[in-house]
Amino acid sequence: MTQKLLPILTVILALLAAWYVAVVPMNIKSALTTAERAGADVVPAGAKERRDLSAIGLVATNSFAIAATFSQDRPRLPAPHQVASELWKTTVEKKITSKRSLVFHAWITLSATLLGFAIGTGMGILLAVGIVHSRAMDMSVMPWAIASQTIPILAIAPMIIVVLNSIGIQGLLPKAFISAYLSFFPVVVGMVKGLRSPDRMQLDLLKTYNSSAPQSLLKLRLPASLPYLFASLKIGIAASLVGAIVGELPTGAVRGLGARLLAGSYYGQTVQIWSALFMAAIVAASLVALVGVIQRLTLKKMGMS
Amino acid sequence: MSIVFFSIVVWIAAWTLNVKLANGTASGTRLVKVIVPTLFGLTLLLVWEMLVRGLNVPLVILPPPSLVVDTMADNLAILWKDFVQTFLKGALRGYLIGCSAAILTAFLVDRFDFLSRGLLPVGNFIAALPIIGTAPILVMWFGFDWQSKAAVVVVMVFFPMLVNTVAGLRETTAMQRDLMHTYAARPAQSFLKLRLPAAMPFMFNGLKISTTLALIGAIVAEFFGSPVVGMGFRISASVGQLALDMVWAEIVVAALAGSAFYGAVAIIEKGVTFWHPSQRGS
Repeated sequence: MTQKLLPILTVILALLAAWYVAVVPMNIKSALTTAERAGADVVPAGAKERRDLSAIGLVATNSFAIAATFSQDRPRLPAPHQVASELWKTTVEKKITSKRSLVFHAWITLSATLLGFAIGTGMGILLAVGIVHSRAMDMSVMPWAIASQTIPILAIAPMIIVVLNSIGIQGLLPKAFISAYLSFFPVVVGMVKGLRSPDRMQLDLLKTYNSSAPQSLLKLRLPASLPYLFASLKIGIAASLVGAIVGELPTGAVRGLGARLLAGSYYGQTVQIWSALFMAAIVAASLVALVGVIQRLTLKKMGMS
Repeated sequence: MSIVFFSIVVWIAAWTLNVKLANGTASGTRLVKVIVPTLFGLTLLLVWEMLVRGLNVPLVILPPPSLVVDTMADNLAILWKDFVQTFLKGALRGYLIGCSAAILTAFLVDRFDFLSRGLLPVGNFIAALPIIGTAPILVMWFGFDWQSKAAVVVVMVFFPMLVNTVAGLRETTAMQRDLMHTYAARPAQSFLKLRLPAAMPFMFNGLKISTTLALIGAIVAEFFGSPVVGMGFRISASVGQLALDMVWAEIVVAALAGSAFYGAVAIIEKGVTFWHPSQRGS
């Protein structure tokens, strides 16, 4: 355990340290402006004179202001502890029904993600089953499914939202569609590979049992495809979350993590952006971890791991 | 209504032809392998066109493909400018900076086994996060022009590329390294002649994933603020004006650019890793 944990912890600590170091030059100019207003001696005086100077040089000449860079109100780069305390304030200390609670916003995004993920995965599995059973479908659809992975699908997110709005579909569904679309293709490609993974011998065995196509699908192909399915699900669920977040941008939504990002960028609330970002990261990590746990349990129960 | 009926007939006819071709005696040949998907794509476009016209679907919901082509032809200058701004300036520069930074970092990290053991899981974790969310922050730092778009792309491609390169450099077996040792190869030699080539398939995997990420990053970053040019800007502005034909035109450009970018990297991969089993073909 320590063999694995120690290097990981070191890397995380190094990243945190780099973040703290970066905070000083990023925030020094605004910290100096505030300090000057409060009557401190700043070299050189005047915000205008300092504008074009290098931030690192300013830190060297005004080392007294270093402490202040970590506690700015609207920092260019908030320090990790500022983000952490904002996260704590907006998750634990706020009621989850409050509009200021990040749990509330995360739930809005998460529900769209999960709905879209369920739709996308279901459709993806269905299409994959069709592709494996029909040669014509395989040859017609598969090249397009693979090619579509190279296309920046996310670019059509704003259009989907607006079009669905104009025919009266609002709220959760438009975002869920984008999520579904993003998780769809990874699942199709992974599932086709998985459903084809049983070898000739196994398929022949089922043939000698006189099993029908649905029977061999249920008893051989589907179980054999599970490891591939889970690998795609992990990619799909992360993509779904990105889809839901981006889906919240174009309509100027007021709820959800994407809306928090957008509002934060409009009003220069950097701490809010960073905390929304970390919340999104936490949600993504938990979703991927959850899929991982289900994968391990299922495969163990089936004797495949 | 007759157009709708006709479109159904076209669909059935084309599909029957495809089934015949796919199950026929010539189904393994290269020609059929190209014809079937092309026919499928063309039918899809044709049915789309006829359904939109036949059912009088309003323009704000779905424009017919012919109108999209018309719009593209009429607005070539605008589309080109947007392409230059978003792809050549934002995505491509960010891609080059991000990938080379990631590769250099991976080379450095690789010298210390301790670091690469720590960096792999952390990098894998970060690569799964919604990094696109950093776009508003980077737009705030680097301004509205292409610099901020390139920065978003750098952040997005860095970790997938880093993880793939580090994983690739760890790919050689003890036996192969021992062989280099018996040849009295210097560390630099065994790096250049053994470990770097062995890492190439992984690195190209990362480079290919990054092409899509780069384009997505550059387009989505423009939703958070951009000059009045660029594919992301044009998409969000045209959506606001309900000019969906222009949105589709931009999407076609994005799709073409994305596929071409991916294809270019895939061709380079073919040339560099021609020895790898996955490239030798069957």
